[in-house]
Amino acid sequence: MTFADRYPLAFRLYPYARVPDQDAATPVRHPVAIVGAGPVGLSLALDLGLRGTPVVVLDDHEGVGLGSRALCFAKRTLEIMDRLGAGRAMVEKGIVWQKGRVFRDRDEIFDFDLLPEAGHEYPAFINLQQPHFERFVMEAIVRAQAGGAPIEVRGKNRVDGVTDTGDGVLLDLMTPDGPYRIAADYVVACDGARSPVRGMLGLGFEGRVFEDNFLIADVKMTADFPTERWFWFEPWFKSGDSALLHKQPDDIWRIDFQLGWDIDREKELRPESIRARVDQMLGHSDYELDWCSIYTFQCRRMQSFRHGRILFAGDSAHQVSPFGARGANSGVQDADNLSWKLAAVLGGAPEALLDSYDAERVQAADENILNSSRSTDFLTPKTEVSRLFRNAVLDLARDHAFARPLINSGRLSVPCVYDGSPLNSPDALDAPARSRPGAPCPDAPLGDGFLLPALGHGFTLLALGCDAPDTLAEAGATARRLSVDVTEAPLIRERYLGAAPAGLYLIRPDQHVAGRWPAFDETAIRAAMRRAMGHDAC
Amino acid sequence: MLTERPNIPDPDGFYAELLGVHEGLSPDESHSLNARLILILANHIGDRAVLSAALAAARSSGRPAVSG
Ligand SMILES: Cc1cc2nc3c(=O)[nH]c(=O)nc-3n(C[C@H](O)[C@H](O)[C@H](O)COP(=O)(O)OP(=O)(O)OC[C@H]3O[C@@H](n4cnc5c(N)ncnc54)[C@H](O)[C@@H]3O)c2cc1C
Repeated sequence: MTFADRYPLAFRLYPYARVPDQDAATPVRHPVAIVGAGPVGLSLALDLGLRGTPVVVLDDHEGVGLGSRALCFAKRTLEIMDRLGAGRAMVEKGIVWQKGRVFRDRDEIFDFDLLPEAGHEYPAFINLQQPHFERFVMEAIVRAQAGGAPIEVRGKNRVDGVTDTGDGVLLDLMTPDGPYRIAADYVVACDGARSPVRGMLGLGFEGRVFEDNFLIADVKMTADFPTERWFWFEPWFKSGDSALLHKQPDDIWRIDFQLGWDIDREKELRPESIRARVDQMLGHSDYELDWCSIYTFQCRRMQSFRHGRILFAGDSAHQVSPFGARGANSGVQDADNLSWKLAAVLGGAPEALLDSYDAERVQAADENILNSSRSTDFLTPKTEVSRLFRNAVLDLARDHAFARPLINSGRLSVPCVYDGSPLNSPDALDAPARSRPGAPCPDAPLGDGFLLPALGHGFTLLALGCDAPDTLAEAGATARRLSVDVTEAPLIRERYLGAAPAGLYLIRPDQHVAGRWPAFDETAIRAAMRRAMGHDAC
Repeated sequence: MLTERPNIPDPDGFYAELLGVHEGLSPDESHSLNARLILILANHIGDRAVLSAALAAARSSGRPAVSG
């Protein structure tokens, strides 16, 4: 039986191998099955496996697809990857950056710094080609498997059917050896923007299409542009309505040209057409074309990311334009949010925890879609009047500082603060807003290292200048104390206490703040743990 | 709060200056100037609630669209 790839591979990481499930008389049941081994499916599998939850990943290919997709990976993603054991390798391979410059024609009209403060282990951003990102996650999976983590990745296992049987989910799989079935307690569809699982369930994916085409040319050359994000509106070199330049590892540069809506796609993709544009920009032709593609984009999401025992994460659940780098970054945060909840529910926690995944990640998706839509409205004005104001902003920006913050060439990915989440407890500490309940913990130096790696995979009681027990068990979870002497950790004091003399933080397994108090208050903290574990959630 | 009472000391002089600044401009250039002017004034005001009230006031006192 032939089993053709839909796209060429960059790395063959999980070759097809026959498994006993294929010969079983009745479908073998797994706690969690993940459809799709993209960045989101792999991150989720790794996280679940490290928690000891058996997980099987099904992908219709045998590795990572070739080509230019995600490039910019944000600090929060790297912090999550650090927790999962893949962050360091990514930063070593990646190009670290934090500054951006915006030009109009030849004039620089705006610049920004995405991490203007010190005291963070991970940088604001790295540029790393998506195939490498996925390879590093897969390598961490292989290391985790060697350490006993129950993760299986099955290549050339295509999901062709999905049936919710009420007490579980049945998956119809196709392999080079023919079809078989498995069952699962929960299925997570991480099968990308065209999500076959979403289609099989007949679920909608509504949103806005932006009428514009962007040409990506990844070119190989040696050049000494600084490692910053450079963006041009109406560039002097006239290779597009706008242009974007990013440095990638291995002397590859990503150039992105805005082509407009009515284009002859086939003609634009011819190497000579692409080279003409790149030549105009660079003023020479001393480079090789590494990979080129033309893409259009959309902003949309599913109405709900949970449908009973089937959950959606990553591009299958939501899609944004690439300006802002909010696609893969938010998908990895979906995985970060879902993994501990799924592990807890399989361990007996209430299913309300899975509803909180939906609530929190829909909130994040809406924030990303809002930012992404606003950027695209600025880049691709839809009407005469929106172009009028866009150009007015650009006209003013050179000489008038006030207009510069209105320039929007992409607002880059930052994690969502889950304000209003059912898992949050009321804020009881008069301390900085950046670490309020729902917020992702800000990093800060701690001893010879940093705070975030000291938080680990479970719940943490972060005791800042106050006492707390070593551990606190409640609602099926155990919180572990981490005491910090804030007189020796001034940035932890600044970011978590401000003017408050002491504080006790309850931190979730995904490093978001669940609640905070002036001191250890056992009744309040037990109640907060119950709430964070999905009990009493309103 | 959006100031609704007359607040410009020299209304006729201001009005003449507003028209004067458009003198010799094509309609497109005038539109661009207006857009820049709105942004400059909006930044000067700064107060988001006042800006929202001003936008609403401008919208509601325009001529209603005639359909059909
Ligand atoms: C030009 C461009 C630039 C981008 N830049 C950035 C950026 O800088 N930063 C960023 O964060 N994001 C960026 N993105 C977005 C990013 O690429 C996506 O958000 C990301 O790939 C989503 O990951 P995923 O795991 O959800 O889905 P995918 O990566 O699409 O993976 C889905 C997987 O499911 C598999 N699959 C599909 N159907 C089946 C089936 N029936 N059975 C089994 N397996 C199946 C597929 O083969 C694939 O392996 C960019 C996207 C584009 C197009």
